[in-house]
Amino acid sequence: MSQALQTRSLLSGNEAIARGAWEAGVTVATGYPGTPSTEILEFASRYKEDIYCEWSPNEKVALEVAAGASLSGARVIVTMKHVGLNVAADPLMTLSYIGTVGGLVVCVADDPGMHSSQNEQDTRHYARLGKIPILEPADSGQARDFILLAMEISERYGTPVILRSTTRVSHSSSAVTLGERTARAASGGFVKDPARFVPIPLYGRPMRTKVEERLNAMKEEVSSSAANVVEWGERSLGIIAEGIAYQYVRELAPQASVLRIGWVWPFPDSLIREFAAGVKKVLVVEELDPILEEHVRSLGIACEGKSVVPAIGELSSDRLASALGGNGNTPTAVRGQAAAVTKAAEAAAEGLPARPPVLCPACPHRGIFYALGKFDVVVTGDIGCYSLGVFPPLRRIDTILCMGAGISMAHGMQKAGEKRKVVGIVGDSTFFHSGITGLLDVAYNQGTSTIIVVDNRTTAMTGHQDHPGTGRTLLGEETITASIEVFGRACGIKNIATVDPYDIKRTVEAIRTAVESDEPWLIVARSPCPLSMKKNPGEPRKVNQELCRKCKLCLRLGCPAIEWVNDEIRVNELLCGGCAMCEKTCKEGAFQAASGACNES
Amino acid sequence: MSREGPVTGIVLVGVGGQGILLATQIAARAALIAGYDVKTNEVHGMAQRGGSVVAQIRYGARVYSPLVPDGSAAVILSLERIEALRFASYLAPEGLAVVSTQAIVPVTVSSGQASYPADAEERLRARFPRLVYVDAVSVGERLCDTRVANVVLLGAMSTALFLPPECWAEAIGQCVKPRFVDINRRAFEEGKALAAAVH
Repeated sequence: MSQALQTRSLLSGNEAIARGAWEAGVTVATGYPGTPSTEILEFASRYKEDIYCEWSPNEKVALEVAAGASLSGARVIVTMKHVGLNVAADPLMTLSYIGTVGGLVVCVADDPGMHSSQNEQDTRHYARLGKIPILEPADSGQARDFILLAMEISERYGTPVILRSTTRVSHSSSAVTLGERTARAASGGFVKDPARFVPIPLYGRPMRTKVEERLNAMKEEVSSSAANVVEWGERSLGIIAEGIAYQYVRELAPQASVLRIGWVWPFPDSLIREFAAGVKKVLVVEELDPILEEHVRSLGIACEGKSVVPAIGELSSDRLASALGGNGNTPTAVRGQAAAVTKAAEAAAEGLPARPPVLCPACPHRGIFYALGKFDVVVTGDIGCYSLGVFPPLRRIDTILCMGAGISMAHGMQKAGEKRKVVGIVGDSTFFHSGITGLLDVAYNQGTSTIIVVDNRTTAMTGHQDHPGTGRTLLGEETITASIEVFGRACGIKNIATVDPYDIKRTVEAIRTAVESDEPWLIVARSPCPLSMKKNPGEPRKVNQELCRKCKLCLRLGCPAIEWVNDEIRVNELLCGGCAMCEKTCKEGAFQAASGACNES
Repeated sequence: MSREGPVTGIVLVGVGGQGILLATQIAARAALIAGYDVKTNEVHGMAQRGGSVVAQIRYGARVYSPLVPDGSAAVILSLERIEALRFASYLAPEGLAVVSTQAIVPVTVSSGQASYPADAEERLRARFPRLVYVDAVSVGERLCDTRVANVVLLGAMSTALFLPPECWAEAIGQCVKPRFVDINRRAFEEGKALAAAVH
């Protein structure tokens, strides 16, 4: 490594993973956006001279593409959020049998605390289920280091490896020492070997045995790996901590002996035994499920864990301090101080209006939810910005399950005999991700639900990524534009309408036609996300107070730019995007284009 | 057990879309340039859509957790009037609050479910003995770009931190597009002057 490149940079965990992948000589990177994992691939695409990067339609496809690349000898990463791994679980479980040729690392970002997710499942379970090693960095420096290590492990043992980060690793920045890109010999391409790559039962059974042999072979290395380290301190308490939990532990207990675990599974048994033998009491600190703790107990080692450390939500040094306080191990002083401060602050925060996330001003989704408010229907929703249609005053999302379920659940409710019409909503990216199969089911099995694709021409919630319907790739190339309507027709849906959701009147008419029909309908509500376009649909509006009769109908839009202040309806011109939906809902014509453009430079 | 070493915590709060991330980057970079170990934390995804957002920075000789413990922040910087109250618990008793007078009405208020406190300023003054309450948007307007409001607040905040001035200037140079560097440096100085006048 040259001295010139030994600089320390402040990188987020996600940026560090991308950097590590580049340094490791990765040539292919795939994934599907999902908070908190999204930026890994976005940063990787900055190395596009060296790394081919793509947003795949979904995580399953992304992993399959990665598997193909690996079997051709390339080093490859595939990125997704925790729930994305459910979608990619099918290829992952058997890829474990087939194994890898070029290093393959599945970068999965968990979301303890559910900052931006529908559940807080613990990805470590997948490691055990798939018999795949899993590494878990505690900061950006380790994120970079562990990608390099994971590639090595993957190639040495011929196994996919999971790199698990969490929100507080992916979205925290810390200093990283940068290295150079590893030069790798060009791959000789795919080498035919059916006994290795074709898991028909005849070949699959020996593969199954090999998986166990591989795990056994790994056991010694796990305990001596640089990823798993004992930091000896006072011997009265030994804390076994993994991932980000290590940071909280170290902060609270600088004197304690700590076994820091970065290579989480297979478990470093001999190291755990050695550590436990050197301390009086053992405490296991891990976020979410007691996976490590249960294993420590299975080794015959008495320990505390989830008896004191919360299993629900993310940890912090504060949370850990109050938890450990009850165990007699810690800082009552710290805990007392925190409690006193929190109490004072509660008074300051008392009675503050809640500020939940909302659909942005001029968001085209608002038109659909406003229009749906006029019908007595059940609305099965999906994952995306439009999830926010659940909040008052719109309140027009009744269920959410997972990507694509907005369509399939509508069909299920209708088949179960739901008396009201059922309307399923998915976004454009979600439609391509896993909505098409649901729509095919509606058509094939003669459903009658109305499916609305809210097509804002981007994957908005995760920060505006391209997808098969946008005409552009992650690498910025122009490409085909997949058509939702054509997919609908191909599935066998006869009734297809395309509407502009800003045009509330026609949107209501289209929905009325659809929900009154006894056939399935596909409505495509198409208008680009203004945030993504960096362009508002129109000039800001203002209220002519002489015309306003204060009926507050406009407030039902739930637009952040429309305010009810001092008994007056007002438009916040700084926020207003000029979509004019307020103008269309107002019976008095009180909303007008504000004269005089904003003087912002 | 006790927390190790002096670690300085900064909490930045506001409403999704206000430019908290850039302010966070500049401050973190300034600490890094000053030679400290630095960790930051940000919120992405759903919360960014007009919801309350929090970013955190910690710097010192050695920083473990990226999260600022309750009651320990040296500064809380708020880009919106009442968000400082919502996250007040982060601030140390002797800490400085730098709050923009800008009010952004949440949809819970505009839709009539809740009301925006009319006594926000009184509450801020009661809660924060050391308060810089500043119309940063107007300062931005005067400099011909309201988008630099966050950097005005950074300048005010810098008066409570012990980072050399040249580190801030350098950090702005590294984090902002070249053609915006000058205006941001001026905004920073304006903020510093405002804070000096107040406390």
